[in-house]
Amino acid sequence: MTQTPATAARFTRTKPLELALSGSWTVRGIGRIDSELETLAVPSGVAVVIDASRIDAFDSAGAWIVHKLLHRLHGASGQAEIRDLRPEFVRLLDVVGQEIAQQASTSPPDAVKPLNKLESLGRGTADALEQGVALLAFVGESSLALSGWIAHPARIRWRPILYNIRSAGFDALPIVGLLSFLLGVVVAYQGADQLRQYGANIFVADLVGLSMLREFAPLITAIIVAGRSGSAYAAQIGSMAVSEEIDAMRTIGIAPLEMLVLPKVIALFIALPLLTVFADVLGVFGGMIMARAQLAVSYPEFLDRFAKTVSVTAYLIGISKAPVFAAIIVTVGCFQGFRTHGGADSVGLQTTRSVVQSIFLVIVADALFSVAFSALDL
Amino acid sequence: MNEPSPETTPAIEISQLTTRFGDHVVHADLDLLVHPTEIFALVGGSGSGKSTLLREIILLQQPASGSIKVLGVDLENISDPAALALRQRWGVMFQSGGLFGSLTIRENVGLPLREHSGLADPLIDEIADWKLAMTGLEPSVGAKYPSELSGGMMKRASLARALALDPELLFLDEPTAGLDPESAEEIDRLIKKLRDLFGLGIVIITHDLDLLWQIADRVGVLADGKMQGIGSMSELAQLDHPAVRKFFDGPRGRAAQSGVK
Repeated sequence: MTQTPATAARFTRTKPLELALSGSWTVRGIGRIDSELETLAVPSGVAVVIDASRIDAFDSAGAWIVHKLLHRLHGASGQAEIRDLRPEFVRLLDVVGQEIAQQASTSPPDAVKPLNKLESLGRGTADALEQGVALLAFVGESSLALSGWIAHPARIRWRPILYNIRSAGFDALPIVGLLSFLLGVVVAYQGADQLRQYGANIFVADLVGLSMLREFAPLITAIIVAGRSGSAYAAQIGSMAVSEEIDAMRTIGIAPLEMLVLPKVIALFIALPLLTVFADVLGVFGGMIMARAQLAVSYPEFLDRFAKTVSVTAYLIGISKAPVFAAIIVTVGCFQGFRTHGGADSVGLQTTRSVVQSIFLVIVADALFSVAFSALDL
Repeated sequence: MNEPSPETTPAIEISQLTTRFGDHVVHADLDLLVHPTEIFALVGGSGSGKSTLLREIILLQQPASGSIKVLGVDLENISDPAALALRQRWGVMFQSGGLFGSLTIRENVGLPLREHSGLADPLIDEIADWKLAMTGLEPSVGAKYPSELSGGMMKRASLARALALDPELLFLDEPTAGLDPESAEEIDRLIKKLRDLFGLGIVIITHDLDLLWQIADRVGVLADGKMQGIGSMSELAQLDHPAVRKFFDGPRGRAAQSGVK
């Protein structure tokens, strides 16, 4: 059996001009004999004889090496001859010879050179620019398709919209609720120490109410949805692109944007603000529980203070960010999905990109909102 | 090649094989013998269980009962080291290639060598290039990624990878499906050349009538969970079973047959 550990391939120099090969000249037997043979020095201009009678296994890897050896000796000494190779092995060696002759006639492949720093910087910049332009084009096309829907409401596809509201909105309720509740707990807990020092316990309602409603609830909701649904969008559209489903859709006469992107846009426009409201409620609830436990602020006191200090404006500011975040998440997710080409690898890559980019852009947008709102004194 | 008695150990020996998916019986007491160094083609309609049979032979799936011996090794309760050793003695070419998208073609072909031998990297690349050339691919293809190749090139590259370890047994799943007639003919010639050169046993799953007539030594027709007929194409032509007749009656069957005569 081939599985009995192959005896290693060996060569010995029996006479100055004679090499004896023995053992298994196969993938398993060869090991590093290649480099040993490379170092073999032969005087030039004399004939070398290779005795192959004791080779007991021979495969294409072995044939390749023996052929290379013969070729090299031939070049160095002008003459090299192989003797007593078993007939079935000779055939294999002949084939190698033919293939090499053919390969030599075609040009060798160009080695791929690693890029130098400047070149990779340039390529990276060009790629980023190209991606920016493509994103802009995608946003434009989607807007055009959306305005088409608004102009002709009969074309709106309700079923995928409702489906997306459920999968991106309703199904996300537990995780969004849990995380914002915990966030409310953490904010109240962290604030408790400071507030207690000044005897300003009741201000915990201000702290929790304003920070949750204005900042944390919209942001945590958007980040969860970006990780949960944005990645799903990219993976779904990406694998459809790989398996030619998107091309099929086009040929059937369904615009992929209308089928795949617009329902998600509309669904998330509806779902993300609602999720944010839900996160508001649970976040404040978490803070309220912590306020009673740590600062002895009772629920009625907390709610009384909350109603006095937290204005409707703060609430609306938080909610108003949600549609923008929704647009970012859907656009980036779908855009990266459509840029998938090639195989499974590419799907993974684009999905990762979509999550990283959408979370990044959501936080950037949030920062811009803060600047804008403070400039407007809101 | 260094089998102690390659003439006597059958390449594949299947007896009383039964496979079920839930209540659906795929194979019922199926028997099959594939001789060493023959080109055996497995045919059958869609859903007849050809691919399932192949998957069971190459250790990707377990049958409900029955025994399968490949290259003399019983697959039932095979230990992990024995399975690993056996896997290195066969090569499989999958229908859609099964090439790894993250590796270049040269790396794909060299992967079995890198994994299972102690050869130096430059030597592995040389051997991979040679195997690619043997399957009729240009040297420049080696640096490309699978997603950049056409269907026919993918099949060749996949074949080159299956040949990387000089297997004793080669499994080809639909080697000519989706190829233009010229490429399909080249694949036919290639399969024949490989058998003559390396003394390989080759098992082909196919629907390609020309391939059956041109290169298959024996053909097995799978239907209703059993082999309904085994023999050379001209022997099968005498049989009267409806599952077998499908391959001879009808315009395509007759055209392929007359192409031989």
